[in-house]
Amino acid sequence: MSGFKISRDALLALALVVLIGLVYLRFPAFASAQSLLGVFNDTSILIILALGQTAVILTRCIDLSMASNLALVGMCTAMLNSAIPGIPIPMLVLLAIVLGAFLGSLNGLLVWKLDIPPIVVTLGTLTIFRGIIFLISEGQWVNAHEMSPAFKALPRTNILGIPVLSWMALICIALMYLLLTRTPMGRAFFAVGGNPNAAVYTGINVGKTRFNAFVLSGALSGVAGYLWVSRYAVAYVDIAAGFELDVVAACVIGGISIAGGMGSVAGAVLGALFLGVIKNALPVINISPFWQQAISGSAIIIAVIFNARSARRPGRIILKKAEQL
Amino acid sequence: MSSVNAAEKKHIPHRLRNPLTRILGSWEFLLLVVGVFIFFLNTQASPYFLDPWNLSDATFNFTEKAMIAFAMALVIISGEIDLSVASIIALVSTSMGFAVQLGFDTPALILIALTVGAACGAFNGFLVAVMGLPSIVVTIGTLSLFRGIAYIVLGDQAYSGYPASFAFFGQGYVWWVITFEMVLFTVIAFLFYVLLHRTSFGRSTLAIGNNPTAALFSGIRVSRVKFILFVLTGIMSAIAAVCLTSRLGSTRPSIAVGWELEIVTMVVLGGVNILGGSGSIPGVVIAAIVMGMVTFGLGLLNVPGIVMSIFIGLLLIGVIALPTVIRRAKHRVAS
Repeated sequence: MSGFKISRDALLALALVVLIGLVYLRFPAFASAQSLLGVFNDTSILIILALGQTAVILTRCIDLSMASNLALVGMCTAMLNSAIPGIPIPMLVLLAIVLGAFLGSLNGLLVWKLDIPPIVVTLGTLTIFRGIIFLISEGQWVNAHEMSPAFKALPRTNILGIPVLSWMALICIALMYLLLTRTPMGRAFFAVGGNPNAAVYTGINVGKTRFNAFVLSGALSGVAGYLWVSRYAVAYVDIAAGFELDVVAACVIGGISIAGGMGSVAGAVLGALFLGVIKNALPVINISPFWQQAISGSAIIIAVIFNARSARRPGRIILKKAEQL
Repeated sequence: MSSVNAAEKKHIPHRLRNPLTRILGSWEFLLLVVGVFIFFLNTQASPYFLDPWNLSDATFNFTEKAMIAFAMALVIISGEIDLSVASIIALVSTSMGFAVQLGFDTPALILIALTVGAACGAFNGFLVAVMGLPSIVVTIGTLSLFRGIAYIVLGDQAYSGYPASFAFFGQGYVWWVITFEMVLFTVIAFLFYVLLHRTSFGRSTLAIGNNPTAALFSGIRVSRVKFILFVLTGIMSAIAAVCLTSRLGSTRPSIAVGWELEIVTMVVLGGVNILGGSGSIPGVVIAAIVMGMVTFGLGLLNVPGIVMSIFIGLLLIGVIALPTVIRRAKHRVAS
């Protein structure tokens, strides 16, 4: 099993290198270290969200409310900053994480305590969170000049030549890797998704594990919320609208099985980077940005076909034959 | 989830419930009561609500979405989901706009719309039913792909200049305040009622949703039924696209964006089990009308659209949670 996973991530990494190589042929400067770091920085928020989504998908759930959560937390931090510029930024980031985790916990509670299918819960909270942004902001924008300089500066600050935004993504990757591979909670995510009934018999509380996954994805959406508004220096109702699908796409391309229990941190990161490279490469090689949506759609479909082919087990083939009769 | 239900001890009644209590206790009846209540609230809230022309306009809030919702209901009952419907609308509308530039007239436009819609549905159906891929991922992919193609063709441009005869589908009146769309909605609702509740195809759909393996072993061609359902959804999306395009009179690639979520909400609100296996067309009809009235009533009160979406979201979670909450409460009283 682990052999397969390594080879799959390696294949994806290879595909990524080939993709960068193809762009390089048209536009050599794209493959420079500086430019690639820029692509990574640009994809950081997607990576952070994909990591949260990975935890949720591993437990056989899905979180479609991530982008709305991000936007709501982003709006709250921006409004707080413009109202009380004195709040230290680390405090604000912490607040964003807590608020995001709280919103995620609402999803988790509905899934855990009321047994509502996750897709229904998060479809509901997707629209509810978005609506609440309108209520608290009254449809107004928070513009760059209303934000304190420190608020906007943090994601751009360079540490060891890399912006804080990228560092945030790297920290999230490291923490998520440790969580998934070195802690009981991470193992529980895999167990619950792999076989919920078996998980119950090994003493894992399935509902609570799912709740934890939702809190985690909420917390990561919260961080991403602050990063988004501070990076783009604007907050309004529609920021990151539809971004939840990009996040799911990154996970699917990264080989996280939508049926749960299968996936890796490396896969999620590579999946997000794959989309990030496409997004950044299109303008460079003179393809209209209007192509992006169709290309990422095709990438999702190809990835899911590929995932299914490599995940097919001998036991399944018997059933497949029966289906074809 | 099944383990939770099994844990709560099954109560076996001494006799069957009589038909009256069965109807009164049904989801559709509860929904109808909610609908009547909302209608009453609307008449109190705004003096303009009861105007026949206003009510006629209000139906546009749900007729097009509901046409797709019927097909979506069948897809969800069979245990799958199709999130690409709004993108099919965009692609179909773009194709029609493209054909208009080439000088095609109304009958050709309809034919092109239905063909493109069916082709999109068949593409989904092939990936889901034939290749056995998870429908939620496949249709998220085609959601991006179909609308992406519309963006490639149109960019930031728009198509307009549809022929005058084309306007009838979205703007025409059959008699007094009765619009063409209302008639179409009624006919389609009836056809889907017959399809789901009166044909063996409908029975097969329910059987597949309850237990695909058992359905397969009882001789139902599972993948064929699923394939047909996706094609049907594509065709219904095309019909909705014709109505919407005709009503708006122009095509932008962002047409009908986000409709898939409203349509799924409509279906689930109508009592269709999101996990598949049960649901009814009358439920979806009532849910469509209730959602249309909520949107219209709040609109008359000058409530912005995005605030309405909070109500829709709460409605969605509320109606799913309600049966569980009631069951838990009963359980607690009993024990």
